[in-house]
Amino acid sequence: MLHAADAFAKTRAEGRAALVGYLPAGYPTLADSIKAVDIMIDHGADIIELGLPYSDPVMDGPAIQKAADQALAGGFRTKQVFEVTEAVAGRVPILVMTYWNLVERYGVERFARDFAAAGGAGLITPDLIPDEAEEWIAASDQYGLDRVFLVAPSSTEERIASTVAVCRGFVYAQSVMGVTGARAATSAVAPALVERTRKHTDLPIGVGLGVRSGDQAAEIGAYGDAVIVGSAIVNCYLDSDDIPSGHQKLAELTADLAAGVRR
Amino acid sequence: MPNPDASGHWGEFGGRFVPEALIAALDELEAAHTAALADPSFVAELDKLGREYGNLPSPLYFAERLSEEAGVEVWLKREDLNHTGAHKIRNVLGQALLTKRMGKTRIIAETGAGQHGVASATAAAYFGLECTVYMGEEDTRRQALNVARMRLLGAEVVPVTTGSRTLKDAMNEALREWVASVDHTHYLIGSVGGPAPFPQLVRDYCRGIGDEARAQFLDRTGTLPDVVAACVGGGSNAMGIFTAFLDDADVKLYGFEAGGDGYDTGRHAATITAGQIGVLHGARTFVLQDEDGQTIESHSISAGLDYPGVGPEHAHLAATGRAAYEPVDDAEAMAALEKLARTEGIICAIESAHGLAGALRLAKGLKPGARVLVNLSGRGDKDMGNVVEYFGFANEKGA
Repeated sequence: MLHAADAFAKTRAEGRAALVGYLPAGYPTLADSIKAVDIMIDHGADIIELGLPYSDPVMDGPAIQKAADQALAGGFRTKQVFEVTEAVAGRVPILVMTYWNLVERYGVERFARDFAAAGGAGLITPDLIPDEAEEWIAASDQYGLDRVFLVAPSSTEERIASTVAVCRGFVYAQSVMGVTGARAATSAVAPALVERTRKHTDLPIGVGLGVRSGDQAAEIGAYGDAVIVGSAIVNCYLDSDDIPSGHQKLAELTADLAAGVRR
Repeated sequence: MPNPDASGHWGEFGGRFVPEALIAALDELEAAHTAALADPSFVAELDKLGREYGNLPSPLYFAERLSEEAGVEVWLKREDLNHTGAHKIRNVLGQALLTKRMGKTRIIAETGAGQHGVASATAAAYFGLECTVYMGEEDTRRQALNVARMRLLGAEVVPVTTGSRTLKDAMNEALREWVASVDHTHYLIGSVGGPAPFPQLVRDYCRGIGDEARAQFLDRTGTLPDVVAACVGGGSNAMGIFTAFLDDADVKLYGFEAGGDGYDTGRHAATITAGQIGVLHGARTFVLQDEDGQTIESHSISAGLDYPGVGPEHAHLAATGRAAYEPVDDAEAMAALEKLARTEGIICAIESAHGLAGALRLAKGLKPGARVLVNLSGRGDKDMGNVVEYFGFANEKGA
């Protein structure tokens, strides 16, 4: 089983940031979400984040909301994320990004067990803070899974310190005060947050900042250890007339982003 | 006062299931609220505002003709007589005053039928705050009059077109907007749900209902009621009246949830009765959800009760047995609404009719002369469209 640390060992040796690609499992269809992950890996993604579609995604902007709605309308079930994971695992680490209720409903320990068995690396939990995560911390220890919590521009030094202390794999810097896909002007906020976070940890720090191009990826890769791209990937399909053209756009976008983090 | 633990939990319920980005604001809010309640000048100002602007305290009314029919004494806490027509004015005045105290200049709110939106817009107008209200697109069409009220009061109304386009989606959108504007904006949440400290904070501003009613009841009868009843959607009016009686072991507390088309049909909003423990909108509580944890849409004739979650303190009171929760379906609620109108000349909100209907059902099993206190949380003007449609008055009497 690959963990986030395996990808970062490689990118650090190459002296560059990692490219993390996000796509909701089951979008645009179950089979095509597997295909899309393969495309991202083929074109240079170092880590994959599979989103677990949820009815009430309060952290997500319009693009990811739409994709999640479509996956759910297509009948997506939680357990299918293990099928997708199993189908794509082995080449790069596969993390799942999920709202907490879905894991809690499946059973925290059971989710950790089934996800680890499918070859998953760990979870990114945007609405679970470490203060509420006792059960998940125990389960992720038991099954050797990465656990990625978020830090934000509004986090105090104390909270950054206590959050990174329980992270494993990497730390997710939510660098815009806003939902996913929110377009940030080149801001001082993200580098400042990364710098503050570094004082408390040696873990890699991933940055999500509404990245849409290789140029932006290069810019963020200059201070972050990972460039996380989500909405722009989803938009490849939302903006296409059919799925094959979406795949084509995704291949081009990923290649551009992968070149960006290598600049 | 039965406050949650330091991390905002009542037993296993409550807590904070929100993005880290909001934690600093929630901490700030909690500190500001605690300091405000300990500040005599804040308490005095809120009290004055309630009396002079909100028409508080609301009267306790003995419903004589209804009592004769019911075989028990029915006492009504007349929150329907408050400014803006419901208990909600208490919550918005408290939170708006707190907003000013925190130095924030804008409030945002979610609303279903529009009552909390109107109350929020009212408080914003009074205090000179900017106000944006998120409302499901479906609801903006069905409740055009309330949209007009909010706009007249100077608020911006944003129709929400995501998800099921109802109250829960309006709440999602308000939370999204709050993350982006939290430095100058307060999220004026409409019920006792959401991440800590909101459930406690909203309860604290609504608890005047029960504090007043308990004193009024003792003053009028020399005793406490045998039963206190209220409707429960998110549960702010119920927590408002329950809180004063929590330590009175002999007073039975009943919350009545919306049974919609009937509990057996699956089309209802009886969250505690039929839901499972989960996380929704920042708190662990009972949630109407499917096998995977996806939220299920609720159904009720009453927009104010039509919500698939419930405040975490109610979940705790249910789990510990201190309060009992039962469903009341649309038909039973509408029958109670009609009965109150015809015996007492009071047209209450459909929400409140659920609490009354539950109390009247309960009365059949009580000893004659038992004393039942019902929180009549709001007035029915806003519901006349539904009433006309439900009873078919237009066809029968008009055309």
